[in-house]
Amino acid sequence: MIQFKDVGLVYPNGTEGLKNVNVTINDGEFVVIVGLSGAGKSTFIRSINRLVTPTKGSLLVDNEDILSYRSGELRKLRTKVGMIFQNYNLVKRSNVLKNVLAGRLGHTGTLRSILNLYKKEDVGLAYESLQRVNISEKIYNRADELSGGQQQRVSIARVLTQKPGYILADEPVASLDPPTSHQVMSYLKKINKEDNITTIVNLHFIDMAMEYADRIIGMRAGEVVFDGPVSEVNEKTFEEIYGRSIREDDLRGGADES
Amino acid sequence: MKSYTLPPKPEKSLFKKLKAILIVVILAAIYVWTFLGIDIDWARAIDRIANNFARVIPNLFSPDWSATADVSLSILETVLIAFAGSLMAAILAIPLGFLAAQNMTGSRILTTIGKWILSAVRAFPDIILAILFVVAVGPNAFAGVLAIAIGSTGMLGKLYSEVIESIDMKVVEAMEANGANKIQILFYAVIPQIIPEFLSYAIYRFEVDIRASSILGIVGAGGIGTMIIFAANNRNWNEMGLILLAIIIVVTIIDFISARIRRKIV
Amino acid sequence: MTNQSKDVVKGKTPSLYPVKTKAQVSIIFIVILGFYFFSMFWTQREMVGGFGDSLGNMFTVIGKFFPPNLSVIPAILEPMAQTIQMAIVATTCAAILTVPLALMSAQNITTFKPLYYATRTLMNILRTIPDLVLAVIFVGLFGIGVLPGILALFIFSLGILAKLISETIESVDMNPLEAMRASGGNVFQVIFFGLVPQVLPQFTSFVLYVFEINIRASVVLGLVGAGGIGLVLNQQLGFYNYQNAMAIIVLIFVVVIVIEYISNKLREALI
Ligand SMILES: Nc1ncnc2c1ncn2[C@@H]1O[C@H](COP(=O)(O)OP(=O)(O)OP(=O)(O)O)[C@@H](O)[C@H]1O
Ligand SMILES: [Mg+2]
Repeated sequence: MIQFKDVGLVYPNGTEGLKNVNVTINDGEFVVIVGLSGAGKSTFIRSINRLVTPTKGSLLVDNEDILSYRSGELRKLRTKVGMIFQNYNLVKRSNVLKNVLAGRLGHTGTLRSILNLYKKEDVGLAYESLQRVNISEKIYNRADELSGGQQQRVSIARVLTQKPGYILADEPVASLDPPTSHQVMSYLKKINKEDNITTIVNLHFIDMAMEYADRIIGMRAGEVVFDGPVSEVNEKTFEEIYGRSIREDDLRGGADES
Repeated sequence: MKSYTLPPKPEKSLFKKLKAILIVVILAAIYVWTFLGIDIDWARAIDRIANNFARVIPNLFSPDWSATADVSLSILETVLIAFAGSLMAAILAIPLGFLAAQNMTGSRILTTIGKWILSAVRAFPDIILAILFVVAVGPNAFAGVLAIAIGSTGMLGKLYSEVIESIDMKVVEAMEANGANKIQILFYAVIPQIIPEFLSYAIYRFEVDIRASSILGIVGAGGIGTMIIFAANNRNWNEMGLILLAIIIVVTIIDFISARIRRKIV
Repeated sequence: MTNQSKDVVKGKTPSLYPVKTKAQVSIIFIVILGFYFFSMFWTQREMVGGFGDSLGNMFTVIGKFFPPNLSVIPAILEPMAQTIQMAIVATTCAAILTVPLALMSAQNITTFKPLYYATRTLMNILRTIPDLVLAVIFVGLFGIGVLPGILALFIFSLGILAKLISETIESVDMNPLEAMRASGGNVFQVIFFGLVPQVLPQFTSFVLYVFEINIRASVVLGLVGAGGIGLVLNQQLGFYNYQNAMAIIVLIFVVVIVIEYISNKLREALI
């Protein structure tokens, strides 16, 4: 369970990234966060694994306030919270297997990982994760030989290998075309249901949010302006979140192509 | 726990494997050869440094200010040598750069000749060029200028030719289609594209040449190197301290200015 | 811009470049030329006979170096080998020590600013010291031999390598490093998995490049008693044995070319 209690975040340059955020996310939920560019979606998500540190309030993950964590506890938190990035963030020159094994870093001793002495189970787990996102045939290819969609699937496999309780995804489909976007979102949804991993995704696109989310959180200027199950959401809600009418480019489209 | 079987790794070709093994073996052999060949008398070295440390290091940090005038003049000469040498090289390297650029001559033979000349020139360490020129024009600063000029031509010519090879040939084609002649193409299509990089490399080479010209004095080719050798022979470490300080200051200033100018140009 | 349009209004043809630029370029040009003539005058002031004389003289004097006395080559192979060995030891040590230094002087890795500025400054100062001065100081400390030569080359290479490699580190893609951090990796793991694969090819290429520089530099070191081929060259020149000296020069030339060729091949194989 993740609980934001009066969380605020002011960046060093004075920008307010989060204002007075109160949100509780229950285990197994699939939450999509929407909002205009600069609304604070990334800040919200990156607070949960402390890539950024809120300056006010308290943030509880599994009933522990993570804001007081120091390096050791922080690494433990991060092994529990997996993250998927817009630009896949793979090491381009390393092969797929090595990239996926990077998900085990937090569970592996420094010396062991540097000498490439992964446990047999870890390698097996990595392979199994690759199979789950249907990309195991590329196991020995270099990451830069893969297409964008394939790279994002590898990065999902990396997170799976981490065996996290939570998955954070910051605009995972923003660099992909519509059919590939739907493929990636379907994998995330499938994993969320099969493994009961709480998943929080930032999305730009209203139609995708509606299609995959259990619950939608709307943000504007650092504040949560909407929070509710998908069934309560309609076009009006989005217009309120965005503060303007819905446009063509707020939609990804292509749902039926995939 | 379930056990998983990974798919087999793609087989590397036998040739590649052999090559990898060969490289490792050769590297190992080179290191064995090196460590057997280098023999250092550690006991003597430790003995020496125990004796000499107090005589050398503290003196380096208390420069002999009375030599300021001499050192300034010497370092000025070093700068002048580097400047004249770099400028000569910057000009000499232009024809050679064009000769060695594939897209300019249109002839493989000419290009190869150009590249060969440039790498032959580069293979001579500056100091050896200085030795040759000292014999030829006598032990003076001008020998240093010539050594720097020739030494830098090799490197600059190579860099120039790479710049020329990377220009946008579409502009040249467009001019040809317009009916421009070779000279017009050179001045209107080629030169505007290469001038910033040429200048930037020439200025960068000046930075390198300041360092190079500061050592030429040991073979009599002028500049601060002459003083370095005198100070070393007389074990005048206070003066060496001042020389070192002067070099650090002058090189730092020139690096700084040159970096700023280059950033502005490109 | 306004300048040009005014010209057009007045019916004059506008010049291709703004007048100000033209003036600036001319002034810079004149200053450079002036400084050049001053340099030429200054460096030639101690020359007897002037430039023209010397040039004519040059070819006859250079003639003294020919033909090179190639029969001495077997005798100078050992000091040549010593030169190469010195360069290998110095380059290897520098390559190892450069790793922590380059990391400390890379802005994107060392977020602790004082450490970054301290290492940077130290490296910048180190890079201004000519190899000759280092050699002279180390010879003063340790006496004549290969050890001062190796130390001088080592310090000299360290300055160059640390700069080149820290710049490479600063230009890597930071995204994978963030991903490793986000999955709970510690500092060493992040560097090893995220950074090393990205900089390894460049690293090797720069080490080879510095090795080439070191071979050339070790000639200079020999001249001041720091071991290797330069020592022999200096002796032969001292005895006016120009043809022997030329043989040494030819040998150095060949070795430099061969090493450059090999390291170019290795570099191509890597990238
Ligand atoms: N490192 C930072 N330093 C200062 N300000 C920042 C930083 N990161 C983000 N901000 C600011 O905080 C606000 C929220 O940014 P955030 O990245 O969370 O928005 P977002 O909703 O993810 O936008 P996008 O859709 O463009 O990714 C913005 O005004 C942004 O400019
Ligand atoms: Mg964002």
